[in-house]
Amino acid sequence: MLPQVIAGGLSAGSIYALVALALVITYKTTGVPNFAQGEMAMVSAFVAYVLMTDFQTGFFVAFTVALVFAFILGVGFEAVILRRVRNPSHLNLLVVTLGFQLALFGLAGWKWGAEQRQFPFPVSPNEALRIGDVSISTLGVATISISVVLMVGVFAFFRFTKLGVAMQATQQDSMAARINGVPTRRVVGLTFGMSSVIGAVAALLMAPLITLDTTLMWDPLLKGFAAAVLGGLNAPVGAVLGGYLLGLIENLFGAYVSVEVKSAVAFLIIILVLCFRPSGLFARHHKRKV
Amino acid sequence: MRSTQDYYADVQLLRGRGAWIKLAILLVVLIVLPLVLPGYRIFTVNYMAIFVIVGLGMNILVGDTGQVSLGHAGFLAIGAYTTVLMMTELSAPFPLALLVGGVVTAGFGFLLGLPALRLQGPYLAIVTLGFGIAVTQIIGHSAFFGGHMGLVVPDATLGPIPLSGDISQYYVIVGTTLVLALCARNLSVTRVGRAFRAIRDSEIAAATMGVDVAYYKTLSFALSAAFAGIAGGLLALMTGFISPGVFTFLLSLMFLAMVVFGGLGSIPGAVLGSIVMGYLNLEMDAFEELPLLGPALESFSARFMSTAGLPNVGWVVTGLLIVFTILLEPRGLHGVWIRVGAFIGGRRRDTDAPVGASAGSGAGSGAGPGGPGADSSDPPAGAS
Repeated sequence: MLPQVIAGGLSAGSIYALVALALVITYKTTGVPNFAQGEMAMVSAFVAYVLMTDFQTGFFVAFTVALVFAFILGVGFEAVILRRVRNPSHLNLLVVTLGFQLALFGLAGWKWGAEQRQFPFPVSPNEALRIGDVSISTLGVATISISVVLMVGVFAFFRFTKLGVAMQATQQDSMAARINGVPTRRVVGLTFGMSSVIGAVAALLMAPLITLDTTLMWDPLLKGFAAAVLGGLNAPVGAVLGGYLLGLIENLFGAYVSVEVKSAVAFLIIILVLCFRPSGLFARHHKRKV
Repeated sequence: MRSTQDYYADVQLLRGRGAWIKLAILLVVLIVLPLVLPGYRIFTVNYMAIFVIVGLGMNILVGDTGQVSLGHAGFLAIGAYTTVLMMTELSAPFPLALLVGGVVTAGFGFLLGLPALRLQGPYLAIVTLGFGIAVTQIIGHSAFFGGHMGLVVPDATLGPIPLSGDISQYYVIVGTTLVLALCARNLSVTRVGRAFRAIRDSEIAAATMGVDVAYYKTLSFALSAAFAGIAGGLLALMTGFISPGVFTFLLSLMFLAMVVFGGLGSIPGAVLGSIVMGYLNLEMDAFEELPLLGPALESFSARFMSTAGLPNVGWVVTGLLIVFTILLEPRGLHGVWIRVGAFIGGRRRDTDAPVGASAGSGAGSGAGPGGPGADSSDPPAGAS
């Protein structure tokens, strides 16, 4: 029973971890959680869906186009909307992301309606793979492995490439980075593009698990927030760990305590963590100054 | 805030005879309105008035105190369910049930205000968001609250008068709205409102000046929640049926949107923003019935989008309104009002002034409250 629950928790946790990572990357650059993240990913998943069903393209083409679309959407959101906020206080930026979220949600609903669609995917959520006593769906295996590879890739990118280091520098201190010759505006745009792509991967993995509709990313986004808060909004590695931890806690709670209030656990965790460790489990606390 | 020399003039509810006359005109219009409007329009007005109550509460929390809430639909739900359960379980009369609904919701607001003491912007947004969603999930899973099926609201009476028709409900709802608006106005000009704004502008500075930050922050949450709770009770009265599906995250977003659109920190702004958003939210299902625009939208939908998804246009409009408000005029409708006022005032001064002095008067209007360079954190002038 227990290994089975853990496997389920890890595969749910992978999605949360991806969303949390996407959120944290942009949070660190702007200081504002991007509420539009989920809808941007959802629209990207719809792009893949339309390509596969209406245009009969293969998975590879559809997914590549969807990720490119996600990248453009992310860069565009930053360049066209976020950068042009006149009085970039936290509240204003937050509200802009919320507004963009609503607009995207409305547009997607207008185009595709509230209908639930089967999302075609190379591996199925119903085929089970047995490893010892544990049976896990092939989709679960794919989800875990794809997300791990992607996250390792992202962290290697931050650590070892020039652009990755520039992104980190911009996150830490945008002014100092600019003085040292980092083209911060371009870097911030690319950060949003990257974040959007990571979110889109999460959406593409989520869509075959449940059905595809416009509320696809609501739950993952909220869990992603919970995971990011749990691990620390300022700590990418912490947020990823938080994602897996949240997936595990949630599944354990669902298996041993109550399935019904399973999804409310996430919010209980958020509130507890924020009361006792407001910066998250894996982040250093920053003191406020006048 | 217009600065007057006299403190007692400053804290008056309404300044000068003009304001009292305006209030009297408003009263007459509101009393006569249901007698001239067609029946279904009264329903619309009631709905918008409920949004106005929430907007006033949101303005206290977001506009005055500078806290953010993405969970006000949860407060609305608590108010609605408390009111209905008071009536069904304890067979309390409607006014008492409504009052208890407000008080209970204020209690929940106080509780939500406690974590807010330690949290800043984004964290607070996430906590309140989680709160709003948790409330509806708990209601949806609990048999006592009727689960996902919801509860039917029993017939309400106000003393001997049955509150079943749109018109009798109109007087209750709009009357409550007016009273609450005056309360909000009084709150904003007196000691408490000043403390709220001091906290918004700088928490540390406010604490240094002797404002009890913890007390006023939780008070702000509690008051804001109480407004939403009363609105929830009135919503239950109006719709006759409540279910957790009504109080979604999108509704909370709408509530934030309406104060942002109206102009943070301005009561007239909050009222106007709420009226616009309330109308949008109600008419969302019937866009194709709009004159001229409706058929155009419908044919556009049929060709490029989908007709089944047409109601979603409301979300697009709301979202774009929010985005453009922040991009073009972060102070919302209230800011537009100030600009228009400054423009007209500037023009009038220009025409009055002798030739040669126009340069000076131009500079004068630029330095006024509506000058484009004015900081948006300025206390709102139009609240007076």
